Amino acid sequence: MSSYPPSGPPPTTTLRQRLADLRGPAVPPRPLDARALAALAANPGCGRRALLDGAGVDKTALASALGSPSAFGQSQFAIVRGNAFEARVKGDGGAELLRLVHEHLGAGSEPPGPGAHVPDLTAAGPEGRAARTALALREATAAAAADGTWTLLDHPMLALEVAGSPAYLEPDAVVVHPDGRWTVVEIKSFPMIDGAADAAKVGAAARQAAVYVLALEKTAGKLASAVVGHTVLLVCPKDFSNLPAASPVDVRRERAVTLRQLERLTRVEELAAALPEGLSFDPARPAEELTEAVAAVSAAYAPECLAACELAFHCRERARAADAVTALGRSVRGELGTLTTVEEALAAAAGSGGTEDPTAASLHRAARLRAEALEAAACPC
Amino acid sequence: MSLLNTLARLEAVRAGRARPLATVRHRHLSERPLVLVPLTTAGEAGAPLGALVGTDPARPRLLVVPQPRDRDLRWAFLADLADEVLPYVEGYADDVERVERTETDPETGAKSKVEAELCLDAPQLIVPSRAGIEYVRLLGRSMRFRRTAEEDPENPYPAPSRVPLLGRWFTHLGERSRVPGASMLLSATELLGRHWATGQSNLEDQHLGALLSWIVPPEGESGAEAALRAELGRDRDGQLLVPPAGPATDPAFDNKLLAPAMSRYDAARSGDDPRAVARAEAAVRELVAEQMRPAWRAVWQSLELLRTLPPGERAEERWTRDRWSYTGHRDRVRAGEPPQPRRDDAVTAAQKLATRETEQVRLDAQEALDDPLVMAGRRLSGEAFAGEVTEIVMGWTESKRPSPRPLVTVATEDRPQLAEGGGKVFRSLEGRPQAAQFVRFEEDRRLIVLRLLDKMGRGREPEPGSVPEKGDRVCWTLFEHDARGGPKLPDPEKTPWTHGGPPGSRAAAPLPDTVTDEDIL
Repeated sequence: MSSYPPSGPPPTTTLRQRLADLRGPAVPPRPLDARALAALAANPGCGRRALLDGAGVDKTALASALGSPSAFGQSQFAIVRGNAFEARVKGDGGAELLRLVHEHLGAGSEPPGPGAHVPDLTAAGPEGRAARTALALREATAAAAADGTWTLLDHPMLALEVAGSPAYLEPDAVVVHPDGRWTVVEIKSFPMIDGAADAAKVGAAARQAAVYVLALEKTAGKLASAVVGHTVLLVCPKDFSNLPAASPVDVRRERAVTLRQLERLTRVEELAAALPEGLSFDPARPAEELTEAVAAVSAAYAPECLAACELAFHCRERARAADAVTALGRSVRGELGTLTTVEEALAAAAGSGGTEDPTAASLHRAARLRAEALEAAACPC
Repeated sequence: MSLLNTLARLEAVRAGRARPLATVRHRHLSERPLVLVPLTTAGEAGAPLGALVGTDPARPRLLVVPQPRDRDLRWAFLADLADEVLPYVEGYADDVERVERTETDPETGAKSKVEAELCLDAPQLIVPSRAGIEYVRLLGRSMRFRRTAEEDPENPYPAPSRVPLLGRWFTHLGERSRVPGASMLLSATELLGRHWATGQSNLEDQHLGALLSWIVPPEGESGAEAALRAELGRDRDGQLLVPPAGPATDPAFDNKLLAPAMSRYDAARSGDDPRAVARAEAAVRELVAEQMRPAWRAVWQSLELLRTLPPGERAEERWTRDRWSYTGHRDRVRAGEPPQPRRDDAVTAAQKLATRETEQVRLDAQEALDDPLVMAGRRLSGEAFAGEVTEIVMGWTESKRPSPRPLVTVATEDRPQLAEGGGKVFRSLEGRPQAAQFVRFEEDRRLIVLRLLDKMGRGREPEPGSVPEKGDRVCWTLFEHDARGGPKLPDPEKTPWTHGGPPGSRAAAPLPDTVTDEDIL
């Protein structure tokens, strides 16, 4: 990789081979999901995450091998509850779910009757399922145009190319309206109490749904009469019961943001090309070697990563070891400007920074004021 | 203020332990607070798993729901919780003082003095974390609309008698906790985070164990190491050394320990050996208690730490507002008013927002006046300045009875954002604000000339002590010391149509939540 990468994309076989090498020979690729994509879009500057996700590296295993295991995991109580609720919402041939879609996003169309379609989407492998979904969507759109049929696609599979590698996404459901519109349905198990749910959770759901909308648009682009609705339906348990309550969520903003972030994600091949030959993230390798390999790709750590990335504890450890102020939070880093390490900032506070840098000057003043106040408090004279 | 806090964090990183953010305690602490450590069931809204509650650190009351999916067990838990919390909350209702308050007649606008009752003290609930406060709100919402068998004999699932009342109090406490500076419901993490800066991010400070490790690291260990261990350390079985302070539990605990214990409890219940049921229940209780005990101790330790700080002078004044709030809700409960509505009407909502804004302004001003370290932040941002008085020039108004208007020159290194041509500044004179007019800068902004405006008495000569003397150190603020309320809002019955019009009939009691046979899971 001594020469500059060619202008066109390199032959995919090479890239695929290269990514497989990065992953380790015996490790199957881990598919990207919407949650990972939404997290990636939230921190687009992180090359480490883009490359590891793009190459399909199992970050959980990698983090454990690095000695900083991730703390993710879901309680089985939550999983059981989530599955039970989803099954209840989709029960009875999706009648309840279609009723909710019609009620909130029906736009004056005929209510779905017993004639609604719920096509079988089983097929082998993600590629097969994605092809099957595309076919079902085409048929449903044609049926809608012919006789105004409603169609519910239960767990369809959508394909989206992200940073040069394909990602397969599985929304909870997609509904095809009689007017040919496609609506993404997101079923979540957090409650909607008095018509309002936790804002952070709704935001996460909206970002996730926006990824599905983008993926659906790829498919819809090939059909003349298909339109993807930019309002998705969020279905949650109502109050403290397990009855479903639904609310339309406009994801235009999230869609635009995600689209922009995904487009500017550094392409995986460029990242991979910049790496030295023979580098690998195979979790079977010793920890020192892996640490070195991970360090070869630059990361953009912020404490928010702890809630979104399996590798965050490792990145935090490195950021702390490097004395980086970003470990204290994005706002702290923003405030300190060019002073990126704790030592630099404290040196500026002690007055070594000179007066040219306004941040250093005000930090110095802050240090003087702080010392004065603490002294005054220590001896009330 | 923010840069000063950042600096404190940086210092904490270097020192390896937390650094002070305040020199006084900015929140009132009750002599007998009620600590509540709740745990919830993952994935389920408002399904409590257990709680430690009490006013004595040595003797918490342990409440556990051995099977959270069982509605009867949940009601029993909430009834027990009500038995523990309500006597405490109601214990402050009868000790009152008579005070005069000014009321405005809605018809004439005339103000009159009315004698009113004010409770001498109020309850104070302390939970481990911010999430705990939200959980109290959630429990309040889940309980206050329930109907008891007395209220609704037809109800197939009646709630135990005191549970709806607990819901109303929890809702009130949760609502009050959104008012800046209010102290009836506080979390240990927010209390500690207000007074100490750690060498980690705000996000990581939400972990009570880690936060405490920074403030009081164990002997021979740095705060950073201790915090890391508190946050991530696990034993050989993969269980956290310091369980989270809740209300959410650790998934590893749920999956490896709790779920099997609950299955054993379910199995024992389907059998007919009461001793086996008791044994299985005791096992679940012990597991859940083990998860809550560290948080219980940590909350009490936090309170001890906070008590080492001298109380802020004006925190007591804010507590009086909490006492008014408590008295007000006591009166509403006694008058038999229905529970708080699901959604506030437009006027109430606007009033709440206005109160929060006013209280935020008041809190910012009072904290700065109480604490030189907070004032330093305001000085840094140009909202205050301190310095030595270098010159006093007497002057008077040009009226028939001249009043003193001395010119005071202050030498300062601060850079207040004063503009030529006026602007008022204030200083605290025996706890009351004295105003002065900004006149001009001198000597390249190093000297500030002010004209004193009030608090100097009625005579021609100012009262002794009301004018600073040469050589005095004074601190002036550009912000007012007391908050002004917003404009008056119309009565709810006169809500304009732009805001939804008058609320519907107030007499109609809110309907209880729908309860289905398979309410849970």
